[in-house]
Amino acid sequence: MALTGIFLISFLLVHVGLNACIFADLNWLNPADNGEMFNKAAHFMGSTIVTRLLELVLFAGFLLHIIQGYAIEAKNRSRRGQGYKVSMGSRGSTWMSRSMAILGTLIFLYLVMHIAQFWVPSRITKDLQEVTYNGVEMHNLYLRMYEVFQQPVVVLLYLVGVAALAFHLLHGFHSAFRSMGVHNKKYLSLLKGLGYGFTVIVCLLFALMPIAMYLQWVSPNS
Amino acid sequence: MEHYTMNLTLKVWRQSEKNSDGRFETYEVKDISSEMSFLEMFDVLNEQLVIEGKDPIAFDHDCREGICGMCSMYINGRPHGPWHATTTCQLHMRAFKDGDTVVVEPWRAKGFPVIKDLVTDRSAFDRIIQSGGFISVNTGNAVDGNSLPIEKEKADASFAAAACIGCGACVAACKNASASLFLSAKVAHLALLPQGQPERKNRVLSMVAQMDKEGFGSCTFTGACEAVCPKEIAITNISRMHKDYLAAGLSNER
Ligand code: HEM
Ligand code: SF4
Ligand code: FES
Repeated sequence: MALTGIFLISFLLVHVGLNACIFADLNWLNPADNGEMFNKAAHFMGSTIVTRLLELVLFAGFLLHIIQGYAIEAKNRSRRGQGYKVSMGSRGSTWMSRSMAILGTLIFLYLVMHIAQFWVPSRITKDLQEVTYNGVEMHNLYLRMYEVFQQPVVVLLYLVGVAALAFHLLHGFHSAFRSMGVHNKKYLSLLKGLGYGFTVIVCLLFALMPIAMYLQWVSPNS
Repeated sequence: MEHYTMNLTLKVWRQSEKNSDGRFETYEVKDISSEMSFLEMFDVLNEQLVIEGKDPIAFDHDCREGICGMCSMYINGRPHGPWHATTTCQLHMRAFKDGDTVVVEPWRAKGFPVIKDLVTDRSAFDRIIQSGGFISVNTGNAVDGNSLPIEKEKADASFAAAACIGCGACVAACKNASASLFLSAKVAHLALLPQGQPERKNRVLSMVAQMDKEGFGSCTFTGACEAVCPKEIAITNISRMHKDYLAAGLSNER
C-alpha cells in the first residue's frame, strides 16, 4: 500500500511537470508557443521504449494500489462488528484519514474518464489531429486538451477529481512513510510539511489546467 | 472546585449474554455528586436497580485508580469519556452538568465480544502478549542494576511504552478496530531495552500474526487511538513496530 502509494506520488510529479508545459502558452507569456512545448513533451513520453515500459509499470502500480486499497478497506470494515450508537466523528482523527477508500474511489472514477479522454484516443484509436514540428509529425494533444476543457461539466468533474486527490494525498503522503517505519518525530513533522506542500502545489497546478483553458488564459491560436 | 449535584439521563447498553440481542435502556439518576467518579455513579444506579428488584448493570472494574485497564466504557462517543488521558474510573462527574444525557456503550470490536452489558471479553490481548513469548535473561542472583548500561532516551521511551495498561480504548476508538497502538507499546517496551534483543524479531512477527488472528484490523494512521489512550502511548510506536516487522520479516532466521 505504502510502496505503491509512494510510486504513484512519484508519477504525479512527472505528470504535473509535463502537463505544466501548457503554461508555456499563457496568453500574456508566450502565445506563440501554441502548445508546442507540451506536445513535444507528450510525444517524447509516447515514443521511447523506456517511457512506454514505464507506462505499463504505472498501470500495474495503479491496479495493485486499488486492489490492495479495497482489500484493506474491506478487511478493516469487517473488524468492528456491531457499530456504536454515538460515533466518535472527528474527535481524534481527520475526516480524510477515515475516508481514504471513498476518496480513492472518486479518484478511480475520475481516472476512467481521464483515460478515455486522452490515453485511449492517443494510444489506441489514434484519432487525434496531427501537428508537425521540425518535420516530426505528432498528435496535437494540446488541441485535444483545449477541446475537452471547453465543456463546463468536464471542468467541474476535473476539479472534483483533483480535490479528491488532494484530500487522499494530505493523509496518504505521511501515512505511507509512517507505514514504512519512519518514527522519528522530527522527520515525521518534516514529512508532514513536505506532504502538505507537495499536495497543495501539485493539486493547484492540476486544477489550474482546466481552469486556464476554460477561461482562455491558455488557448490555441486560430 | 465547586461542589454541585446533578440529575442525569443514562442510556446504557444491556445484553444478557454473549449471543443474545442487546438494546439500550434508559435510566434516571438523581442527586449525583460532582465529586463522584463515573463508576461510583454506576454503583449508585446499580443499588437503585437492586432495590427495585432489577438486574444490575455488569461492568468491568478493578483498581479504580487508573492502573489496571479494566474499566472499559464508551461514553458519549468516546472511549473512557470526555477527559483527555483519563480512564473511566478516574473520570469525575464534574465532567457533566445537570440535565445531561449520557450514552454508555461497551467496546465494539470483533476481537472483543460482549459477554454481558458493558463487559467484553478482552482475553485476545492476553493471547497477543503470550504469543510474544519469553525473554532470555540470566537467572540466579539479582545483578547490579548498573551492570547493564541503557541509554537514557531509550529507557525513557521504553518506560513510556510500558505504561500501557491494556485497556483496549485504542481498539474501541479505531475505525479499523486495530490493536496496533496496544501491540506497538508491548513491542516497543522490550525492543528498546537490551534484555529484549535476543527474541526481538520473532516476538514482533508472532505478535502481529496473533493480532490478525484475533480479528483486529490494520493501522491506517488516523490517530484516533493516540487521542483516547489514557496513558498517552505515542502513535510513533506503531511506526517503530512496522520498522521492526519489516526488518524482522526480511532478515529473520526462521
Ligand atoms: C485510483 C484509485 C485509488 C484508490 C481506490 C485508493 C485507495 C487507497 C486506500 C484504501 C488506501 C489505504 C488507506 C490508508 O492507508 O489510510 C490508500 C492509501 C494511499 N494512497 Fe491511494 N487510492 C487510489 C489512488 C491513489 C493515487 C492516485 C495516489 C497517489 C498518486 C494514491 C496514494 C496513496 C497513498 C500515498 C496512500 C498511503 C499509504 C499508507 O497509508 O500506507 N492513491 N489508497
Ligand atoms: S495503548 Fe493506550 S488505549 Fe491502547 S490498550 Fe494501551 S493504554 Fe489502553
Ligand atoms: S478500574 Fe483500573 S484503570 Fe479503571
